Amino acid sequence: MSETPHLDILRSPLGRVRGLGSAHAGSSHWWAQRLTATALVPLTLWFIYSVIRFSTSSHQAVHDWLSGPIPMVMMLALVAITFHHLQLGLQVVIEDYVHEEPAKTASLVLSKTLCWLMAIVCVVSVLKIGL
Amino acid sequence: MKDVRDALMVARNTDGKLVRRPLSPHVQVYRWPLSMALSILHRITGVALGVGTLLMTWWLVAAASSDAAFATAEGFIGSPIGLLLLFGWSLALFFHLFSGIRHLVWDAGFGFDEPAYNTSGWAVVIATGVCTVLAWGIGLAVW
Repeated sequence: MSETPHLDILRSPLGRVRGLGSAHAGSSHWWAQRLTATALVPLTLWFIYSVIRFSTSSHQAVHDWLSGPIPMVMMLALVAITFHHLQLGLQVVIEDYVHEEPAKTASLVLSKTLCWLMAIVCVVSVLKIGL
Repeated sequence: MKDVRDALMVARNTDGKLVRRPLSPHVQVYRWPLSMALSILHRITGVALGVGTLLMTWWLVAAASSDAAFATAEGFIGSPIGLLLLFGWSLALFFHLFSGIRHLVWDAGFGFDEPAYNTSGWAVVIATGVCTVLAWGIGLAVW
């Protein structure tokens, strides 16, 4: 007699391969938050160092510094990854604490809009300085 | 019994007497262990740093605009309110950084045991304090 068939997990094999939950975006949010966090460790340390180093510098010195290819790329990476990490984090906080559907949707749209806008403003500023 | 929800909380104890079952207590009941405080602080500092990006955005926009705009931004950051904000920002940043690394270690599957999570928790608190003091020491020395 064969063993009684049983399921160890309820998720279908196809669902497991795709890595999607009921929201159809399950693991990608989690993974993106961890990857951006990891990238932000060296970038943040560099930013703190830069803030201290240029705390007394003239406008011209800051310009000259940000015009260099490496600081420019570092600053663009910092801005892009910071705002991406921020909107991912704010999304989780909003989803946890705002329960009414209209307020939740409005908060999510507002936070993501602001993150995108500020990121674009920062990127344009860095490019305007460096190019 | 006035509320239907009460029906789920009333039961007989071992003596056969009807009793109200206790509800699961919420956060305000517990003495706050370190990990609980650090957990909510990670969120609070995360949101605070989000607000802090406004200052970084202003600084970058000012640097891209003109000498006058840059001087205004630098003037604000160097003012007592600006320095206070900058101090809060650095404290939040160092905390979120070290607490974030602690979270990444957990995500990798390490450090869940009883002494480990308390040790790492205190390590986060100490590293935050030391690095904030160190950064300001160096910052004020070169200023």
